Amino acid sequence: MPEDRSDELVRMEGVVKRFGELTVLDRLDLSVRRGERLALIGPSGSGKSTILRVLMTLEPIDAGRVLFDGTDVWSQTRDGRERPAREPHLRAVRRRIGMVFQHFHLFPHLSVLRNCTEAPIRVLGLEPAAAEERARSLLDRVGLADKAEAWPAQLSGGQAQRVAIARALAMEPELMLFDEVTSALDPELVGEVLEVLRRLARETDTTLMIVTHQMRFAGEIADRVLFLDGGRIVEQGPPAEVLEAPTEERTRHFLRRVLDA
Amino acid sequence: MSFDLGHALDVLPALLRGLRVTVLATLLGMGLALVLGLAWTLLRRSRSRAVALSAELALEFVRSTPLLVQLYLLFFGLPSLGISLSPLTAGVLGLGLHYAAYVSEVYRTGIDGVPRGQWEAGLALGMSRGRVFRTIVLPQAMPPILPALGNHLVAMFKDTPLLATITVVEMLQVAKLEGARSFRYLEPMTMVGVIFLVLSLIAAALIRRVERWSARHA
Repeated sequence: MPEDRSDELVRMEGVVKRFGELTVLDRLDLSVRRGERLALIGPSGSGKSTILRVLMTLEPIDAGRVLFDGTDVWSQTRDGRERPAREPHLRAVRRRIGMVFQHFHLFPHLSVLRNCTEAPIRVLGLEPAAAEERARSLLDRVGLADKAEAWPAQLSGGQAQRVAIARALAMEPELMLFDEVTSALDPELVGEVLEVLRRLARETDTTLMIVTHQMRFAGEIADRVLFLDGGRIVEQGPPAEVLEAPTEERTRHFLRRVLDA
Repeated sequence: MSFDLGHALDVLPALLRGLRVTVLATLLGMGLALVLGLAWTLLRRSRSRAVALSAELALEFVRSTPLLVQLYLLFFGLPSLGISLSPLTAGVLGLGLHYAAYVSEVYRTGIDGVPRGQWEAGLALGMSRGRVFRTIVLPQAMPPILPALGNHLVAMFKDTPLLATITVVEMLQVAKLEGARSFRYLEPMTMVGVIFLVLSLIAAALIRRVERWSARHA
C-alpha cells in the first residue's frame, strides 16, 4: 500500500554522511509529517545532531536524498538536467527552516533586538518597524521583553538561548531544529529554556525536531522518539513505547545509562 | 660643521609642505591597501581553486619583493607597456599594492578569528554568504585587527621616503633639494628625522588607545 505523502515535510532517503573514515549517517531513512514533534536521542556520535545539520544544509551529504516539502534539497533542475544545488536553492530551503544551536551563536555585535530583526529585514524583506514589532512580541513570548536593548554579552546562558529561539522564530519557519539546546547551560538554567520549548509546542503547530539528552522532557513533548546509534535509527515510536518499553537491547542499554546518571 | 638651529628653522616651512605630500601619499596608500587587501582576502577565500591560487601567488610575489623594486616597475617599467603614471599616482599605487598584501594577511587573521558558529547562525537564518560576511563576520573581525592595521599604517608612513626615488616631491625629496641648494644636509635631514619621530610617536599613542578599545570590544 503506497503511503500517503501529502503532509510529509521532511523525507530522507538512504542518506550517507561521512567525516573522513567515520560514517556518521549510515543509509538513513526518515520521514517527518508536518506538525509532528520529533525527539532524537542516542549516545554522542550517534548522528542525531548531524541529521539536523544536514537538514539545514550546513553539511553536504555523501549519498542519498533529502527532500524538504517535496523539494530535493541538494539538487535542482537547471537547463533541463538534474544538477547539484547552488547557493540560492539552498538558501530558499534554509529560510523555511529555523535552527537553535547548543552554543546559541547570538551575534555579539548586535543588540538582542537586532539579533531578531536582522534576518527578517534582510532576508524576508520586512519593514524595520514590522520586524521590530514581531521581534518584541517574540521576546515577550520567551520572557525577555525587557532585554530587547541589551547586548548578548549581558545575558545569562539561559537568556541567550531564549533569545536564540526568538531569533529563529522571527523567520516564521515551518520546521524548527533544536540541537542540544540545553547542553551548554548550567543546570539551574535548563528549566527556563525547556519551559519555553514546552510553551512553543503547546501554542504553535510548527514541526519540531529536538535533539536532547533530557529524557523526561523528550517524553513530554514528542509525538515520536527516535533512538539513534551508529548513524542509524535503531528504534522509533511513541515516547511511551521507546522510552518506557524499548524492544531493542541497545535502546534499553542507553536508557539505563542515562537514567542512572 | 655644527648643527645650525637657525638654518633648521629656515628649511622647516618647505619640509612641512613636503610633509603634506607624505601624509597625502600615506592616507591614499592606506585607503587603497584597506580596499585592495579586503578584495585580495576574498579572492584568496574563493571557492574556485584557480582564483584562490592565483591570488595566493600574487600575494607571495608582492610580499617577497622590495617595495623599491615595485615602485620602479610601476613608474619606470609600465611606460614601456604604454601606461604612464604621474609620480604620486605610481607612488600611491605602489604603497597601496605592497601594503595590501600585508593588510590581506591581517584581514585573514581577523576573519578566521570569528567562530564558525557565527557563519552557521547567519546561514541558518537564510542569509546569503555575502550577507553573512558583511553584516555578521566582518564587523566582528575588525575590532581585534585595528591595532595591527594601525601598525601597518605607521610602517607605510615611514616607507614614504622611498617615493623620492620616483621623483615624488615628498618630505625627504624636499630635504635633499634643500641640502643640494645650500650644501648643508645635516639640518634638513635631522628635521625630517625629528618630524617622522614626532608623528610616529603620536600615531603609536593613538594605536595604544585603539588597542585598549579593541580589547574591550573583541
